[in-house]
Amino acid sequence: MTTYLQAITATLAEAMRADPRVFVLGEDVAEGGPWGATAGLAEEFGAERVRDTPISEAAICGIAVGAAQSGLRPVVEIMFVDFVTLALDQLVNQAAKAHFMSGGRLTVPLVLRTQGGAGQRGGAQHSQSLEAWLTHVPGLKVAMPSTAADAAGLLASAIADPNPVVYVENKTLYFRDEEVEDDGPVPLGRARVVRPGRDATVVALSRLVHESVAAAEELAGEGIEVEVIDPRTLVPLDLDAIVESVSRTHRLVVAHEAVVHGGFGAEIAAQAQAAAFDELDAPVARVGAPFAPVPFSPPLEDAYLPGRAEVAAAVRAAIGRG
Amino acid sequence: MADALDGAAGLELFRTMWLIRAFEERVGQLVRENEAHGLVHLSVGQEAVAAGVCGQLRDDDAVYSNHRAHGHALAKGAPPEAVMAELMGRDGGLCRGLGGSMHLVDAEHGFLGATGVVGGNVPLALGSALAGRLLGGDRVAVVFFGDGAVQGGIFVESVNLAALWRLPVILVCENNGFAEFTPRSAHTNVERVSDVVGPWEVERETVDGNDVEAVRGAFGRFLAAARTGEGPYLLECLTHRLRGHYEGDPQRYREALAAEEWQRLDPILRLQRRGADDGWLDEEAPARLEAEARARVEEAVEAARESPFPPASLTTELVYAP
Repeated sequence: MTTYLQAITATLAEAMRADPRVFVLGEDVAEGGPWGATAGLAEEFGAERVRDTPISEAAICGIAVGAAQSGLRPVVEIMFVDFVTLALDQLVNQAAKAHFMSGGRLTVPLVLRTQGGAGQRGGAQHSQSLEAWLTHVPGLKVAMPSTAADAAGLLASAIADPNPVVYVENKTLYFRDEEVEDDGPVPLGRARVVRPGRDATVVALSRLVHESVAAAEELAGEGIEVEVIDPRTLVPLDLDAIVESVSRTHRLVVAHEAVVHGGFGAEIAAQAQAAAFDELDAPVARVGAPFAPVPFSPPLEDAYLPGRAEVAAAVRAAIGRG
Repeated sequence: MADALDGAAGLELFRTMWLIRAFEERVGQLVRENEAHGLVHLSVGQEAVAAGVCGQLRDDDAVYSNHRAHGHALAKGAPPEAVMAELMGRDGGLCRGLGGSMHLVDAEHGFLGATGVVGGNVPLALGSALAGRLLGGDRVAVVFFGDGAVQGGIFVESVNLAALWRLPVILVCENNGFAEFTPRSAHTNVERVSDVVGPWEVERETVDGNDVEAVRGAFGRFLAAARTGEGPYLLECLTHRLRGHYEGDPQRYREALAAEEWQRLDPILRLQRRGADDGWLDEEAPARLEAEARARVEEAVEAARESPFPPASLTTELVYAP
């Protein structure tokens, strides 16, 4: 069995063994970080390639951009996605635009690993899901693995990609384990059908993939067969897979942990209805968090977080059994 | 270390400074005639810094620049016609018309880019220096920034990391006394930028930035040390921006310099007097060299005019590297 976290660590190590240009940098990476994602790398690859940094998100991100422009393949870790706010100039104005603004003459092959999500009583500054911001910036790719296999496969592809890729892990998935067969890299931009079904399509991101599968199992008991699709990358988005599914099920629910308002679900809904309006028998439904910061108090956080019950309710409503 | 300024070196500096001066003055005209576009920041008066620094660098040394970038790019070897074409938004521009004045890039000559966000370029140079170290060789990285960049947090983060990691990077501050429209004294109590980096014990020097020989000499000493892998260094060049912050700036915030005062400060006239005193610049040479520079710029304008605008499809083609 392999955990999501072990898959990340092993993929980093493999990439560093295979390519001397790959190196990691970030806060506490030599110690392994808060969850141990980089544990053991410093021992194998040394301090030059596993670079511990001060708490300077903007500079570390900028150093990664400069290193990428001069021939290295940095994997920079921003400990919480909430702290990406501190590095946005480097990510948005430098990394994302360098290839474009140079007329195609520079490339920025960097991976920014970070993690988001609530559920651990972290409060509003350590629990956010900010991926929608990043998808709004042309030039960035955004990956959100939900399983150990995809954590490995998407990270390998991200490191090999010539563009800046933001790779957003979910902290509640780190110790989820599964049998992983080594299927190699997962191409960026290819969705996975997690569970086939004929009555409704649920497109879910990250942690909500598992919640949606649980909802589908519950709904199966009611005679409703739900197809769950994990797009795995938001940019590029595998719209074809979503449209293909919707053209069979005629109902679409989009589920993520982020705030619904302005969330990436809105983009999926808009693209899907534009591409498959005639196939839809109900409005596209969105499941996500309310328009509020993540609360601290445990019962409030639990109530805030979208999960299987909300997905199941949205599916029932979409097929008129609500 | 830079050799003493002999006739050959002096003439080369004189040519470079005149090329920049003539180029910038012509750009100012083209902006008014709506042939060059956008937010244009000219470096008239600051030519000695670009010439004194870039003239000693190799193509594989990285230079990062800021919003006032034309002179740095030209001094680093960017072809004037390609810079001019870029300012006109043409396909033959350095960046195929996708960058513009504040985002020039000429990777072939190691001009890895100008950035329009003040201070955002500093960590990029650190990253490039780190790449130089990890990939081997003796190339160095240089970053130009104004005194206005020093009050930003990214500067402190970067200096701290450059010093901690002893990166072979040379920080070149063009201290023209004004951050956009405001004198330095209104933004900080620290008069000298070289004092700001004191606590990190960064080796540093403040020179008269309108004295190209002083710039060249101090930078040459730092460069020789950086070639051995040492660093970082900070060179503060006290200079004067003769024109406004941008073209069209009414400059209500300062008195124009008296003509005789400018005669005394002008870096080109100062080198001219030096050349005459030392006997390597004969009496008719200044006018001839100026005319050559202006002719070279005119050729660049003509060549840029010949270049077509880029195809509209380029905008979406170059968002991601293939």
